[in-house]
Amino acid sequence: MSLLLEPLQYGFMQRGLAAAVMVGIICAVMGTWVILRGMAFLGDAMAHAILPGVAVSWLLHGNVLVGALVAAVAVALGIGFISKGGAIKEDTAIGILFAAALALGVALMSSIRTYAVDLSHILFGNVLGVGMGDLFLTGGVGLLVLLVLALFYKQFLVLSFDPVLAATLRLRTGLLRNLMLVLLALTVVVSLQTVGVGLAAAMLVTPAATAYLLTRRLFPMMLVSAGLGAFSGVVGLYASWWLDVVSGSAIVITATIVFLVVFALSPRRSALARR
Amino acid sequence: MPLNDTIAIKKPKAQDPGPGLGEARLDVEGITVAYEGRPALRDFSFRLPRGARAAVVGPNGAGKSTLFKALVGLLPLEKGRILVHGLPLGAHQDCVAYLPQRENVDWNFPVTVRDVVTMGRFGHLGWLERPGKRDRALVMDSLAQMGMEALADRSINELSGGQQQRVFLARALAQEPHIFLMDEPFNGVDRGTVEATMALLDRLKRDGVTVLISTHDLNLAAERFERVLLLNKELIADGPAAEVLREGNLAKAFGSALLVSEGRRLLVDECCGGHEDRGHEERVHGGKEACDDEEARR
Repeated sequence: MSLLLEPLQYGFMQRGLAAAVMVGIICAVMGTWVILRGMAFLGDAMAHAILPGVAVSWLLHGNVLVGALVAAVAVALGIGFISKGGAIKEDTAIGILFAAALALGVALMSSIRTYAVDLSHILFGNVLGVGMGDLFLTGGVGLLVLLVLALFYKQFLVLSFDPVLAATLRLRTGLLRNLMLVLLALTVVVSLQTVGVGLAAAMLVTPAATAYLLTRRLFPMMLVSAGLGAFSGVVGLYASWWLDVVSGSAIVITATIVFLVVFALSPRRSALARR
Repeated sequence: MPLNDTIAIKKPKAQDPGPGLGEARLDVEGITVAYEGRPALRDFSFRLPRGARAAVVGPNGAGKSTLFKALVGLLPLEKGRILVHGLPLGAHQDCVAYLPQRENVDWNFPVTVRDVVTMGRFGHLGWLERPGKRDRALVMDSLAQMGMEALADRSINELSGGQQQRVFLARALAQEPHIFLMDEPFNGVDRGTVEATMALLDRLKRDGVTVLISTHDLNLAAERFERVLLLNKELIADGPAAEVLREGNLAKAFGSALLVSEGRRLLVDECCGGHEDRGHEERVHGGKEACDDEEARR
């Protein structure tokens, strides 16, 4: 018991746990849509695309969240623009832009000498450095993302399962796709502090993929995914405390171990392979 | 018109036709559609009155699927216009139902049979509205009409090909459509599903629903549909099956792929392509069936 309680006497650990649970849940629910819509690579790209936005907002003494969001949306639009004609495939466009954004971000960060230490925090997260303001921001943005996903559940369901039906029902498919991109960008931005840009994609994809193996309906899949995301956050953070490893890595490794165990035992493996 | 209890749920609609339902029709006026940069349909026109049942036939690549995609607004028109109830496409919310080709559906998506059919009701709901009592009843009624009630809570990837098709037919019923478009509904499904689909078409006709299907089975089109549209990039013939499916027209549509047009059997080498021995009916027919089996397995 003291194993569990001892770390909790520190405020930074309490805040870290709260942040890890919130990010675990938000990423896992958004991640359900990400894997069903085949947006895993895009999620990874968006996470990396945030880096130059963060750097520029620091240089200009602006709001980091706003800078990150602007960068994520710009890259999403850029991917659409480059792949629009059909000459460059979408995954190629994603590959070009996310590598470019990462390079630009690292270049900008390296020019800000005083923030050299923070670069690794941006890349791999610093969940133990979460302040109360960050917690409120994460919670607020997270609630917004979950609320929008809940309100437009049926539209996103049709759009993802059967885009042709979405079109015949005259749903605003273009608007819904863009809304999905904005929600993905918001999710990635709030997971920045916990797992960093390098590992955000894992928090989006891994718990959702595990839940996919365990459930056969969308809503239960989201609940299980959220539970696994939160579980990975808590267990990973404790592991990082007791084993003295970087927290973001510990959280992602925990989620991956859970996935591998379920994968080894699941009869639905073949369905995942066809995704 | 006598209504038996299986379609009784449509009664309110029959008594109170929505605006324009009395003359429910589909008008296609001189449309030209390009698909992936190449023109797939040229200057194409036809008109379907209320309750009409027509089959679109033509060789592979003739533009059958392009036509259907254009009819639901998935492809932009380069020329011409499409009117539903006399109004341009997009002016209506939910009166057109579309049965997609089976290969275009993600069968591993985590949804049950009931979930899929419930999606048919979404066009009748507001942006933030949840399905209500009437929607749920309609979903179960549509499933019952297709004999799928017992499988309502099954995952869609557990179903056979024929069952999957029935789920999508049930979804189209739940949409309460005025116009029902079916792209190759008889492709790769068992005989029982073909008959269930035809029985559904009979019921829809009694309800005054306009139905347009595409098929590569000329015999089925000739035997079961009063009106046939023969196309190959453009409309070659349109009218009663007996008039449309004449050798001259078929030769124009299928070219050298047309093999035998003897009596009522029509054989077209369009499935596998490239048969060397073109005059041999049995062998080619066997080849076509092998292809259908292959499609059924997918």
